[in-house]
Amino acid sequence: MPNFHIGDGVAKLVEWFQNHWAGFFNACASVMQWLIDKVLFVLTAPHWLVIVAVAVALAWWARGVPFAIFTLSGFLLIESMQLWNDAMQTLAIVLVASVLAVAVGVPAGIWAAQSRRASAGIRPVLDFMQTLPVFVYLIPAVFFFGIGVVPAALSTWIVATPPAVRLTQLGLRQVDPEIVEAGAAFGAKPGQLLREIKIPLAVPAIMTGLNQVVMMALSMVVISGMVGAGGLGTTVVSGLSRLDVGMGVEGGLGVVFLAIYLDRLSGAFPKPRKAAPIAIEPKADIAASPEVGAAPAPTA
Amino acid sequence: MAMIEAQQLSKCYAPPAAKRWFRKSKEPARTFAVDQVSFTVDKGELFVIMGLSGSGKSTLLRMLNRLVEPTSGSVTLDGKDFLALDDDALRQTRNRTVSMVFQHYALLPHRTVAENTALGLSLRGTSAQERQRRAKEALEIVGLGDWGHVYPSQLSGGMRQRVGLARALATDAEILLMDEPFSALDPIIRRDMQDLLLRLQAEMQKTIVFVTHDLNEAMRLGDRIMVMRDGGVVQLGTAQEILTHPADDYVANFVSDVDRSRVVTVDLVMREPLITATIDETPQDVLRRLELAQTGGIYVLDANGVVEGVAHDPSLAKAIRSGATTLDGLLTQDFESVTEDARLIDLFTRVGKHAVPLAVVDSERRLIGVVPRAALLTALADREEAVHA
Repeated sequence: MPNFHIGDGVAKLVEWFQNHWAGFFNACASVMQWLIDKVLFVLTAPHWLVIVAVAVALAWWARGVPFAIFTLSGFLLIESMQLWNDAMQTLAIVLVASVLAVAVGVPAGIWAAQSRRASAGIRPVLDFMQTLPVFVYLIPAVFFFGIGVVPAALSTWIVATPPAVRLTQLGLRQVDPEIVEAGAAFGAKPGQLLREIKIPLAVPAIMTGLNQVVMMALSMVVISGMVGAGGLGTTVVSGLSRLDVGMGVEGGLGVVFLAIYLDRLSGAFPKPRKAAPIAIEPKADIAASPEVGAAPAPTA
Repeated sequence: MAMIEAQQLSKCYAPPAAKRWFRKSKEPARTFAVDQVSFTVDKGELFVIMGLSGSGKSTLLRMLNRLVEPTSGSVTLDGKDFLALDDDALRQTRNRTVSMVFQHYALLPHRTVAENTALGLSLRGTSAQERQRRAKEALEIVGLGDWGHVYPSQLSGGMRQRVGLARALATDAEILLMDEPFSALDPIIRRDMQDLLLRLQAEMQKTIVFVTHDLNEAMRLGDRIMVMRDGGVVQLGTAQEILTHPADDYVANFVSDVDRSRVVTVDLVMREPLITATIDETPQDVLRRLELAQTGGIYVLDANGVVEGVAHDPSLAKAIRSGATTLDGLLTQDFESVTEDARLIDLFTRVGKHAVPLAVVDSERRLIGVVPRAALLTALADREEAVHA
C-alpha cells in the first residue's frame, strides 16, 4: 500500500493559510475578542449579587419557584468557591458561541429543509463535524489564533452549530403536510408559507435545537480550557494536571451547575400556550358537542 | 352552466430511477393515480367523488387547485384554462376562486380561530379590521360566532371542521373543494355537519366538489356522484341512478350497504292506481270492484283526477241498503298522500295507517299513483324489484 500522509497535506494547508490569510484571521480574532469582552463586561461589571438576582428572576419566570431556589443556591455556591469570575468567563464564551451558532445554524437548517440539494450538501458536513473528536478542532484554532479565549470561542461555535442546523431542518420537515397544503391552497407565496406557517410550527424543534446548542457549547468550552480559554475549563484542566482533586471537583461542580441552569432555562421555551378563557354562553347547537377544551382529537 | 370542466385528466407518478433499473419487464413503467378522468360540475352543484383509499379521488381533487400538477389533460374553471395560469395567477385563483376544506382540518395551532378563518384574507393582504369583520361573519355562518378568540386545540373535532369550513367561506370563493371533511368526525357530529353543509348549500349555492369514501354520505349530500376505482371512473350519476342501476359488481357491492330508504324516492316504487271511482258512480258498481280487487277502500276522484276522498266497503254496503245512487256523502278523508319525490324513509310511519294504499299526488293534488305496503317492503328488500315495481 502506498502511504498517504493526509496529515502532512493538512499541516501544509494550515501553514499556507497562516502565511497568506493572517490579516483575515487577525480580524476574526479581534471581532471575537471584542464580542467576548463586551459580554464579559456586562456579566462582571455589576456587583455579583445583581447577576444572581437576574439569573434567579429568569429562573423564576421560566420554570417557577423550585428552579429559582436551585439557581440561587447554585450561584451562591459558585461565589463561595471563589469561582465567580471563572464561571462568568465560561458563561460569556458559551453565550457568544451559542448566539453565533444559532445565527448560522437556523438559516442553514431552513435552507436545507427547503432544498433537497442543499440538504444533500449540508448533511455530510454535519456528520463530519459531529463525529470528529472535538479536541481536533482545537489544533487548527490554536494555529490560526494562538492560545487564549478566541480559539476556544471559535471551536465552541463550530461544535455548537450542527444541532441548530439539524433540528431546524427536522422541525421544518416534520410540519404536518396537510397544514402546508392548506397554506398553499389558500394562495400563500413560498415566503409566506415559510414565515407564517412552517417556521411557527417548527418552533418547538428549533427551541430544542437551541437547548442542544447551549449544551454542546458548554461541553466544548470546558475542553477548550486546554488552550487557555480561562474560566471553569481552565480550573478543571489545572486540577487535572496538578492532580489536585479538590480543585478539579470544585471546577467540575461549577460546570455541572451552569449546565443544569442553562439546560433547564433554555429548555423552558417556548412555554405551552396558556389556554385562553372559553367564550361564555356557547350557542345552542355548539353546546351539543361538549368536548370543548378536550385534548386534541387524534388525527388519523 | 359548467363551472368546472375536467377533460382526460391524468396523474402519473413515475417510479424513481433506481427502481426502474431493477424493474421486472412485466410491470408497467408508470403508475396512474388518476387515469383519463373527464367530468363537468355545474355552477351551484354539489358534486361528490366517491371511492376507497387509493382510488385516486384525493389526487383528482388536488388537481382541481393544482396542489397536484396533472400529468396530462385539461381543467377549465369558469370558462378559463386553469392549467395555463402562471404561479402568480394560480395563487390569485386559489386565494379568490377555489378554496379547500381538509380532512384533518389543517388549522394553524398558533393562531386563534378568527385568525385561522381569515387565513386567505391575510395572505392576500386585507386590512386587520376587514379581516376581523369577515372572519366573524364566516364564523357566524357556521355557528361559531363567539369563538373567534380561542385556539383550535380548545375546540372539539366538529367545531374545528366548522372553522375549516368558515376559513373556506371567508374568501368568498365560488368553488369549494372538500377532501373527506367529515371522515375524522364521530357519526353524530358527522351528521350535524352534513346537515350544516346542506343548509349552507341551499342558501349559498356554491359549486362544491366533495370527496368521501362513505357512500351513505355521498348519497345524502351529492346532486351527482362519481364513483372511482383504481384511478378511473366506474360510474357517474345521481344517487338513485347508482343505487338502482349500479354499473358493475363493484358498485353493486358498495350499494348493498346503503340505506336504500334514504335514497330511493316514491316515483320508483309507486304503482298505477288500478281501481278508482268517481263521485257519480253507484255504490253497487264500486263495491263490486272493491270485492274483485279484495281491498277495503277505494280512492274517489273528480273529473280532473283530483282526490276527493276514500270510500270504504262498510259505508258502501250501508249506502246500497239505503238506496243511494251516488257516492256523495260517503267519502272520508282517511288517507295519506305524498309527492313523488319523497324519500321512502318518510313513508314508513304513514303507509300502514289506513285501509287504502298511500296516495301519490302531483302538485295539483291529482292522483298519479299509490304505494301499497307490499311495494314499499319489496323496494327495500330487493334491488331488481325496486327497479321494475
